[in-house]
Amino acid sequence: MDEVKNIICRCEEVTVEEIEEAIENGATTLNEIKRWTRAGMGLCQGRTCRKNIARILSRKTGLDVKELMPFTYRKPVRPVRIELFEEKKNKGDLK
Amino acid sequence: MYKTSIAVIGGGPAGLSAAIEAAKAGAQVVVMDENSRPGGQLFKQIHKFFGSQQHKAGVRGIDIGKELLEETQKLGIEVWLDTEVCGIESNKLLWVVKNKTKSVQVLAERIILASGAIENSIYFPGWTLPGVMGAGAAQTFINIYRVAPGKRILMIGSGNVGVIVSYQLLQAGCEVAAIVEAAPKLGGYGVHTAKVCRAGVPFYTSHTVLRALGENKVESAVIIELDDSWNPIPGTEKVFEVDTICIATGLTPLAELAWIAGCRFKYVPALGGFVPLHDDNMETTIEGLYVAGDVTGIEEASSAMEEGRLAGINTVASLGFYSDKQRERLCNEVRERLDALRRGPFGEKRKTSKEEIITSRKEIQCPQ
Repeated sequence: MDEVKNIICRCEEVTVEEIEEAIENGATTLNEIKRWTRAGMGLCQGRTCRKNIARILSRKTGLDVKELMPFTYRKPVRPVRIELFEEKKNKGDLK
Repeated sequence: MYKTSIAVIGGGPAGLSAAIEAAKAGAQVVVMDENSRPGGQLFKQIHKFFGSQQHKAGVRGIDIGKELLEETQKLGIEVWLDTEVCGIESNKLLWVVKNKTKSVQVLAERIILASGAIENSIYFPGWTLPGVMGAGAAQTFINIYRVAPGKRILMIGSGNVGVIVSYQLLQAGCEVAAIVEAAPKLGGYGVHTAKVCRAGVPFYTSHTVLRALGENKVESAVIIELDDSWNPIPGTEKVFEVDTICIATGLTPLAELAWIAGCRFKYVPALGGFVPLHDDNMETTIEGLYVAGDVTGIEEASSAMEEGRLAGINTVASLGFYSDKQRERLCNEVRERLDALRRGPFGEKRKTSKEEIITSRKEIQCPQ
């Protein structure tokens, strides 16, 4: 069973080892880990893995979790179909 | 563009209560919710609530949900379902997507963010296998869709969610193999814990899940004992043949929109992590943006409803629907009930944590 990957971000299939490696290579913030590994860049935008990654970062660096700001949040906060950005789809009122 | 006086984001207990208060005063309100049904988590809460008579103690969550919906309808409040608020601007402009197919801009004079919370996850080898799910997801399976998530379940976490959902899984005909708790003590209210205990479900304190095993889905789970420093003790592994592992390890406020709007935050572990600062009227550090319910810190449906009322009263008061005197009288009634909810061994910690949020808000000078 040892070959089972220890995934932490399931959207981007990033493993715990990859997070630890990023920290060992100098990442000190959640945003740095995200840019380095893509953890938190997927469909859920880190809603599932963010706290777990913060705990690893805290354990490995001694930084307090309360100082570890979450990944930068950007709109859209929900997955949106690219066709919605077409101009014609945006015309007209709600009803 | 759609224009409204008040936009409420989230149609759970907090959002609906806020909308009802605002509509009662005569304001135009629209409630938006990403789900296909309103009511948030209330409709899966088939157990009776605690608290005083005032707080509907002894009434089931599902019945409180029905009452809120009836009042919402009676007041003619507009409720948009399958509606995702994808963005928020500090100048009160919302980017809304309806039914995943239509993009709409909503301009609101006041915004009440009542977006609730998300279940915490934990990770272990095998946790991405089908069969591992949040306890709240399992509760949605059985109480909303009437589908059993599996036959034999291992529950991780002994807090209220863990024990209540375990009991409801038993009621739904599932077998609960065990409840696993990493802390040395159980976390839930005695009355809920005792019910599961009487049903014969074993509890394992100072234990955690080590891994889930299975080819294409969960077939078994391994747990291990933890020492005083929370380190696994080799040789104490136990294997459970289960097809489902439920995770009930707490909740985190779902506050992405408040981050995007530029609200100031504070990390308060007792409230579930980072929460947006707000004053005792529920207004954040962004003028005109109010919060209520679990997004301001994890509590219960009863307090979420009171916070919603507080936000509702204050939004309409700030638009001139109430005099200062009326506002104070109405707010004080709600604040007294909120105080009553935050008493006792479980409530006291929440009360001091909420006060910490309000005090921190006061210390910040907000640009107007």
